[in-house]
Amino acid sequence: MSNSSTPLLEMRDISMHFGATKALDGVDFICNAGEVHAVLGENGAGKSTLMKLIAGVLQPTNGQLRVDGSDVFLNAPQAALRHGLVCMFQELSLVPDLTVRENLLLGAPGAGIGWLRGQGLDKAQDVLGRIGGAQIKMAARVADLTLPQRQQVEIAKAIMKKPRLLILDEATSALSASVVEKVFDLVREERDSGTAILFISHRFHEIEALADRVSVFRNGQRVETFMKGDHDYAAIINMMVGQKIEELFPEKPPARQDAEAVLDVRNYTWEGQVKDVSLTVRRGQIVGLGGLDGQGQGAFLMGLVGLLRKAGGTTAIAGQPTRIGSPKQAKHQDIALAYIPEDRKTEGLILDQSIQENLELAALGRSDLDAGDAALYAGALEQLALKHGGLELPVSSLSGGNQQKVVLAKWLALKPRCLLLADPTRGIDVKTKTQIYAILRQLADQGTAILLLSTDYEELIQLCDETHVFFDGAVVASLSGDDLTPQNIIAATLNVSPEPQAAHA
Amino acid sequence: MLRSISIDSLMPYFGVVLLVFAGSAFFPQILSADYLTQQLQIAAFLGLLATGATIVILLGHIDLSVPWVLTGSAILSTSLVGTGNPTLTFLAVPAALAFGALIGVINGIGVAILRIPSMVWTLAVNSMLLGLAVLNTGGFNPKGESSPLMNAMASGDLLGLPISFLIWIAISVGLAAFLTRTPFGRYLRSIGFNEKATFLSGVSTPSVVFAAFAIAGMCSALGGVMLAGYANQAYQSMGDPFLLPTIAAVVIGGTSILGGRGGLFGTIGGALFITLLTSILSVMQIDDAWRNIIFGVIILVMLLFQTLRKGAVA
Amino acid sequence: MLDYMRSNRREVIAGVVLIALLSAYLGTHPRGASTYVMTIWANQCLILGLAACAQFFAVVVRGIDLSVGAVVALTNCVASYVLEGSAFGMAFGMVAVVAAGALCGLLNGLIIVYGRIQPIVVTLATASIFVGIALLLRPTPGGAVNYDLADAMTLDVLGIPTALVITAVAVFGFWLPFRRTGLGLGLYALGSSEQAAFQSGINTRFIRLAAFTLAGVFGGLAGLFYSFVTTTGDAGISAGFTLNSIAAVVLGGVLLRGGVGSLIGALAGAFILKTIASLMFFSGIPSLAQPLFEGLILAAAIAIGGADVLRARNKLEVYA
Repeated sequence: MSNSSTPLLEMRDISMHFGATKALDGVDFICNAGEVHAVLGENGAGKSTLMKLIAGVLQPTNGQLRVDGSDVFLNAPQAALRHGLVCMFQELSLVPDLTVRENLLLGAPGAGIGWLRGQGLDKAQDVLGRIGGAQIKMAARVADLTLPQRQQVEIAKAIMKKPRLLILDEATSALSASVVEKVFDLVREERDSGTAILFISHRFHEIEALADRVSVFRNGQRVETFMKGDHDYAAIINMMVGQKIEELFPEKPPARQDAEAVLDVRNYTWEGQVKDVSLTVRRGQIVGLGGLDGQGQGAFLMGLVGLLRKAGGTTAIAGQPTRIGSPKQAKHQDIALAYIPEDRKTEGLILDQSIQENLELAALGRSDLDAGDAALYAGALEQLALKHGGLELPVSSLSGGNQQKVVLAKWLALKPRCLLLADPTRGIDVKTKTQIYAILRQLADQGTAILLLSTDYEELIQLCDETHVFFDGAVVASLSGDDLTPQNIIAATLNVSPEPQAAHA
Repeated sequence: MLRSISIDSLMPYFGVVLLVFAGSAFFPQILSADYLTQQLQIAAFLGLLATGATIVILLGHIDLSVPWVLTGSAILSTSLVGTGNPTLTFLAVPAALAFGALIGVINGIGVAILRIPSMVWTLAVNSMLLGLAVLNTGGFNPKGESSPLMNAMASGDLLGLPISFLIWIAISVGLAAFLTRTPFGRYLRSIGFNEKATFLSGVSTPSVVFAAFAIAGMCSALGGVMLAGYANQAYQSMGDPFLLPTIAAVVIGGTSILGGRGGLFGTIGGALFITLLTSILSVMQIDDAWRNIIFGVIILVMLLFQTLRKGAVA
Repeated sequence: MLDYMRSNRREVIAGVVLIALLSAYLGTHPRGASTYVMTIWANQCLILGLAACAQFFAVVVRGIDLSVGAVVALTNCVASYVLEGSAFGMAFGMVAVVAAGALCGLLNGLIIVYGRIQPIVVTLATASIFVGIALLLRPTPGGAVNYDLADAMTLDVLGIPTALVITAVAVFGFWLPFRRTGLGLGLYALGSSEQAAFQSGINTRFIRLAAFTLAGVFGGLAGLFYSFVTTTGDAGISAGFTLNSIAAVVLGGVLLRGGVGSLIGALAGAFILKTIASLMFFSGIPSLAQPLFEGLILAAAIAIGGADVLRARNKLEVYA
């Protein structure tokens, strides 16, 4: 159909602005039929925005998309689907209250609003079978499926639409290694039959296994495009981050194991999701919580500020046995815990309110503080270098990184003696990350105890004095000092031994 | 209070001015002081209900129990006065307010603890109150009468202004100050925007919900007491015609039905506008049918105006 | 079968409750389970049932329709003019009544979709307009409906109340096939997760428009059937319907957050509500206490549905 010299998809000078944030800035991008094109970049580099533009979910502020050499305007996902551009979204496009079968039929080619004949379902079932999802019942409600099962359904749904360009946006993040391999076989088959594949992943070995060509994005711009193998791992990281990893993190002072314990948790247990966890956070310490997503570390952190009912175990704050039943109790000056939730948009901030109002919200309930006093926030805001056009503007006008700074400043105003953070740097640009690392280390030096949940190994290694790795609700490894290595952390997250000879232990 | 003044909340005031002048072109008596003060007096009843409704809507909820909280408190207060006992007569108004607060707390329990959508739960509470009223009065108009105090609240004058209007404005100003000067007001709006984030910021969100519904219940109860004072009696279903105009007054005043955005200043304008519109339509002797149609169209037009303006800004 | 019961738990519960209530009703009724008793009962149930169907279509897409009662009143007034004369004329008249309802729903949908105003507020305003038009048509109750037609629709077919036949047609002839169309699927997708529906390539504007139009159609059907039962037009009937239709869909297991529930549930909820009222009438409870009991039962049913959250172990789960 198409001339082999014209690319299947071409993007010219594409820009996408959200208020003050430039998610994409003058990007040129080409994707050819019959190749797997990997897109790399840190969170917030603009990858997902790029995919949403191709899928017709967003429309660019500037620039032009061309399919088969002719200009197209994708005003809605239907338009993209008509051109054969199919996206498997990171935040899944499955409707929770519908069954698997109904989800597969939703928006399927030729479905329309009339009678659904179920065409294409055989294909989908076939795909599901091939990627290890044969046990998924067509009549099951999607809300009742596990996350990996949902990803499998999402993959089947995408393939069923007979894509010409298939976008896989973190499509395999929850799948086990053996299933991922099956998915890759399927993707290679699609590629060989002439489909273009855009592949976004954080796992380097996946890129290594699948990609033909690689594009690196940073801060909304395409840094470089090259054939796989042209650059080594370190060079690619440098392209993504813009600087060396070691420069991101502040100097780690020598460990202080003798400092007084600020937070001491014994035998914490909840609903089979957190199993008998005990740990101590001392003055001036940054303690990391690692592990794959959903291994109980997130629930544990929530439990500490009283979000979980019927949990077992004891908590002592500065040596005093304490029961914390709600975030309101946790922030009281006698306890002074601060919890920075994972999702800043729905849990950390009230997007429709102003920066100032967001800053004040936590301090308002503290009788010993005057929430209206600008001095409470000035220090943190200055150190974090919050970029804003006025504190009376809505917090939604800020970029993701600056929003996270507001969340931090809001809680630092309470001078917490212990700070609990749930993956505070997820989806944030490198510069902000560096600033957050610096302020965390400085707080620790001033005596704050910090408990940091992270999915980024580098943070657990470079920033933390000690790291506890969770697997299936329990702490399977507590690493500090020289044991704090990538190999040990990765092994612990998968609950395998790092060295064969340690297997008998 | 100044902070809550937005263009949206000014719109009903423009509407009021427009109505007065356009109406006076046909009926000069509309410009008379007598007519206008009478409108202020009547607007106070709707206004008090709308004040309470604003608090609940800012929270992101809705209170459909207004009609029978109003009727119930009217029945309660007039029956107490009807006993002829001076102590009970004296207690009529406080008892009605306590009744309103109690129902508000019951509303709050369903919404904040059981997490039933407020639209459903307050509706159920409303029908229970209706049942209670029927059981109590035998389905007839209740015996009893209003006290002189209630009559004065509804129909008295002070310095040339209706007392009902002064009560309404005093309560609105007091509540507006409460909303802007205390954390409660901040919490109310924050919950309206994002309850989860507010809770995680260390706010006891259920208490805020209880308080908001209790305030709304007391506003409805006060409205009921004053309406009973106005009519010198309570009667079945006296609250029913007020429910929808109450919500309309709040929304026209620029408060978002989704919660968080808006304020009491706009609601005052909204209540004035709706009262005046209803009155002028009846002065012009337009029949019921056209009154309904014009009423609906004008509300729609004002709402479309609000969204069009936002669309232009965004 | 078990699978079906599990995945349609809400409808099954509503159905069981309805059967229990109906048995109790027929048991206490002095004339027992006669066709006459059943017919009266079914007619009352179906009027609210159709109104609940109208409400269902608004609620399933995460909206609410406060104009249901007004549409019933308006179409009832239209019906009181057009259901006389020749058979052809009456057939045309019935279509006109339903079309009037559809038009009301379409107007709601257009303002909601293109005016970007919340459904609750839009329908609050349009309800006033629809009642106004109804009053223009019938300033006082009046008009007439052909008695033969009315009898045919409200009596019985071979001993089975016609209203139940109509209910069966609505379920088996309309709803079950409709549920298997792209439009039927789209309604649920939109109500359950608008973003997922949009990303899947669903035209969300069209679906929302269609949902409110369907709400209008069923409002029109409710008005039509009401006319058969009363054989007059009355503009003043709107008040009860709107709030009762909301109560009915909730009792029938339709979630106000959208995307969950079915037309069958909405019908069952309406039938339950009406059966409770009828049951009260013959139950020996003093008539003055009946409204209170109705209110208590409604509140209890809703509160039981809400009790689930008390079991949530993670306090954040309740903030949807």
